[in-house]
Amino acid sequence: MNRPRHFNLLARVLHWSMAVAILAMLFVGAGMVVSLRHRDELLDLHRPLGLAILLLAIVRLANRLRHAPPPLPADLPRIQVLAATASHWLLYALMLAMPLIGWAMLSAGGYPVVLVDGVNLPAILPHSPVMYGMLRPLHGVLAYVLFFTILAHLGAALFHAWVRRDGVFGQMAKGD
Amino acid sequence: MSTPNPRRGSPFLLLPIALIVAVLALLFAWVGGWIGNRNVTPQAMMNTAEASGAPHPGFRRAHSKGICIVGSFAPTPAAQTLSTARVFAQASTPVLGRFSNPGNDPYSPDNKAAVRGMALQLKTDDGQEWRMAMNSFPFFASSTPEGFQAMNAAKLPDPATGKPDPEKMKAVLARYPEIRNFMAWSKDAKTPDSLANTRFNGVNAFRLTDAQGRERAVRWSMRPHTPFVAADPEQLKTADRDYLAQDLDRRLAAGPLQWDMVMQFAAPGDPIEDPSKAWPDTRPETIAGTLTLVRAEPQANGPCRDLNFDPLILPKGIAGTDDPVLHARSAVYSVSFNRREREISQGKAQTGSVR
Repeated sequence: MNRPRHFNLLARVLHWSMAVAILAMLFVGAGMVVSLRHRDELLDLHRPLGLAILLLAIVRLANRLRHAPPPLPADLPRIQVLAATASHWLLYALMLAMPLIGWAMLSAGGYPVVLVDGVNLPAILPHSPVMYGMLRPLHGVLAYVLFFTILAHLGAALFHAWVRRDGVFGQMAKGD
Repeated sequence: MSTPNPRRGSPFLLLPIALIVAVLALLFAWVGGWIGNRNVTPQAMMNTAEASGAPHPGFRRAHSKGICIVGSFAPTPAAQTLSTARVFAQASTPVLGRFSNPGNDPYSPDNKAAVRGMALQLKTDDGQEWRMAMNSFPFFASSTPEGFQAMNAAKLPDPATGKPDPEKMKAVLARYPEIRNFMAWSKDAKTPDSLANTRFNGVNAFRLTDAQGRERAVRWSMRPHTPFVAADPEQLKTADRDYLAQDLDRRLAAGPLQWDMVMQFAAPGDPIEDPSKAWPDTRPETIAGTLTLVRAEPQANGPCRDLNFDPLILPKGIAGTDDPVLHARSAVYSVSFNRREREISQGKAQTGSVR
């Protein structure tokens, strides 16, 4: 048993900064698709923020695989251990998949993938209505899955912090 | 940790946790338009467009009938002084575009198309794109998307009578009086007898930024080289339902067709954000380039079918203004594109020719 008591500094910085970025991203995305006036401004924010999240998620995954996380409390019921493990890997999968699907869907839709004004990313899929027609709804559905997973994660974190008071929240909130 | 922990918090603390999660969920639902009363959404505008006729899966919800066009754009030397856009520095830029008829019927008869559209995609060698969607009308029907939506909703048949309710249109005109100008124009305007001699107007205002960072508000138009000839109303009555495409093919077989891109500059005080008000003809103009079309092809499986001619896809050096109709067009076209591409991917697209 050589496991740390806390997540390492990089993991903590990435967790909290990405929490803000991903929540902002979800609200921007949900709002822009129903906005008659601010779609373009929100989209101009959505694309570079999405790429930033993708890059940070890659760093985060590498850090997570190299550094074992602190253990969960020994008395945590099996069902909660299972829920924690499954939701964490779902969050990793979605924070990597969502930006990639967004990029792929713009490519398949024949759209320029504008990072900032005048700088475009290359297409990662050929122009294809069949692929666009599948990826665009998938991007929306998975955004809602991601949002609800984050809500569950937040609820569980607060449960650990306020009700169980078992130190799990502190593993991510503070260092050694 | 296996013995009961006296430090455990009260289970009543689950209440504030549930409250925090619920507030976040409600906020998200509100931002996403699931709850709360919103004025007009792009989805609502698209639903109204769809309700104006029989469904045609896989087709654009407005300007459904169209022809793909291919050619190039060559800028004038003056264009480079107006904007740093790459398209004005490059000798020639390939163009993919689309001519269209109004309405949501992809088989609508050409002789009833009083308004025509020209959409273009200009893609420069650095991958930047300039997409535009122009119309043959000189100004837009309404100052705002809300007015346009109200007008289209009033045109829908009343479920009770099967006909539009004239009282509804009266109420819309009282609230959005600018629509009367458009109706007057529609009544009197002479329809050109060909797409080749039709002038197409951007209608919305944009901003060009030059190398010194100076910004100018402009509206652009495509002015045909082919001389204007008004369609004869008697001949129109018996014209073939696809006569515009046939005429275009005939003319393109004889040689390329050209349009000058005219930039009109706003004077101080001109209504930049109101597309229902044309600027006076006396405003200074500059020709920014020439559009040359060499080929046309049917839109079914044509290269223009799966492009969204979103007028806010602009290269660096050209930006949109705060014109609310411009922003609404961008938002609504996206909904139309998403819906029809979904239908195509599900194999539900309508195929075959006429009806």
